Amino acid sequence: MEEYTILRQFADSWMLLVLFAFFIGVVLWVFRPGAGKAHRDTANIPFRHQDKPATSEEARK
Amino acid sequence: MSNVIKLIALGLIALFGAIAANYARDLAYQVHSILVMLIAGGLFIWTLRNAEEPDILTDRSAEYMDDVVRYGVIATAFWGVVGFLVGTFIAFQLAFPALNFEWAQGYANFGRLRPLHTSAVIFAFGGNALIATSFYVVQRTSAARLWGGNLGWFVFWGYQLFIVLAATGYLLGGTQSKEYAEPEWYVDLWLTIVWVAYLAVFLGTIVKRKEPHIYVANWFYLAFIVTVAMLHLVNNMTIPVSIWGSKSVIVWSGVQDAMIQWWYGHNAVGFFLTAGFLGMMYYFIPKQAERPVFSYKLSIIHFWALIFLYIWAGPHHLHYTALPDWASTLGMVFSVVLWMPSWGGMINGLMTLSGAWDKLRTDPVIRMMVISVGFYGMSTFEGPMMSIRAVNSLSHYTDWTIGHVHSGALGWNGMITFGALYFLVPVLWKRERLYSLQLVSWHFWLATIGIVLYAASMWVTGIMEGLMWREVDANGFLVNSFADTVAAKFPMYVVRALGGVLFLTGSLIMCYNLWMTVRKAPAKEASLSVAVPAE
Repeated sequence: MEEYTILRQFADSWMLLVLFAFFIGVVLWVFRPGAGKAHRDTANIPFRHQDKPATSEEARK
Repeated sequence: MSNVIKLIALGLIALFGAIAANYARDLAYQVHSILVMLIAGGLFIWTLRNAEEPDILTDRSAEYMDDVVRYGVIATAFWGVVGFLVGTFIAFQLAFPALNFEWAQGYANFGRLRPLHTSAVIFAFGGNALIATSFYVVQRTSAARLWGGNLGWFVFWGYQLFIVLAATGYLLGGTQSKEYAEPEWYVDLWLTIVWVAYLAVFLGTIVKRKEPHIYVANWFYLAFIVTVAMLHLVNNMTIPVSIWGSKSVIVWSGVQDAMIQWWYGHNAVGFFLTAGFLGMMYYFIPKQAERPVFSYKLSIIHFWALIFLYIWAGPHHLHYTALPDWASTLGMVFSVVLWMPSWGGMINGLMTLSGAWDKLRTDPVIRMMVISVGFYGMSTFEGPMMSIRAVNSLSHYTDWTIGHVHSGALGWNGMITFGALYFLVPVLWKRERLYSLQLVSWHFWLATIGIVLYAASMWVTGIMEGLMWREVDANGFLVNSFADTVAAKFPMYVVRALGGVLFLTGSLIMCYNLWMTVRKAPAKEASLSVAVPAE
């Protein structure tokens, strides 16, 4: 088979499936149990450390 | 030691610039060689004079690197005014062709100034806004100083040099004639170096962050930086005809070249003008509204959906061309699907104000940010509609496209940038508040009315000329000549140019307001910068 046909077939079968599965995986991951707390914390990042960087003691792990 | 290496490198570059200026095959290349020679020579002398200065190594890791952001804010406002001014002028050139002055033929006629306008507003105004805000946001949300020390300065000044090379190149005829990718090969190479440094600074700061999570705005900025690098490299694979000239030849040919150009072109919109500016939206709207983003979950899904879909939408620029139908249908379908993440993001931005809608009445800055998200929603509704093949057969090659681009660029990119500048200047120069909120309101209304005039006149003239082009009489002959459509568009062209004047006036008012904020607004009490414990 010529290169174009091989790439075309790969693109609209396996690669499409991989990308689609990755995206669905992201959506499921977002709605995993217990994610809400982490998301609330992350959403509040802009309201911390406005004036200067965090010192190593207050760095949050 | 490092000074010696620096001096050798700068000396060699200056020497090369001198040789290149001598052998130059065309004017653009010659002027650029002289420019490079002068800059490298100037830096050589500056480095030499400061070589004996002892290195004072002060530990600045306890404060943010904000001076480069301040320079970025000034550059954004400056290039914005330049870009709007050129845009308004070429709008008048279209209405009154006599403005293509005889004495400036070949340098300042519409064909030369148009890419100057587009690059000035997208890459100079938008690019500087993105670099400055990304440096600001990534430091605050990582709780860490910018990585790489002076590399941040290299990114800033290197990018300004890119802008100057690109802009002067267009006027002097150095262009590879690819829309939004006009700069010639050596300017492309320079941008590649600057961009890699930009990626290093941004990523380095994220790596050394003190927060466990990467805030969503940084995801958008990172997608913008990485994708623009990829697009830039693939669409600029050219082979120079000579190392002493600006002309180069692209390795792609025919419809592949067209497809790659519009894969680049549309993703320049998708990742430069959308993803990057969404990063701004996700930081500055919560900050100005003083409440976290409406739904952080939605913002993550918004991000992944947007970057998974946008990359495929390019072929809708090539309906009814040599491009295979399946490819343009694919582009069309993905464009229509893009409605979903775009509107998801818009809702997320707008709903951040839920519970604080009263701020719309009292705070003109947040009004500016909200209308920008509104324009984002409108232009991401209009765009997919125009990508549908049947609609595109009417809209393509008409002024409707130009109207669409401007409702997105002026409305979404312009307004969110103005909002960010109004937020940043008091913070960066440690002022208590802006000089005048009333002037912000003036800017808001001038800009909004300007955009409405612009978009409405372009809808009218675009649909009119589309219909005139396809009008046939009973015998199947075309009714209108092309010149008939040009004549019919005159009133709308005048209205469009007036809209540009209003938008430009608003931006000048902003510059005055920001200038006076730095000069006259009361300084913030020093004690306020000391951390106040949360109640």
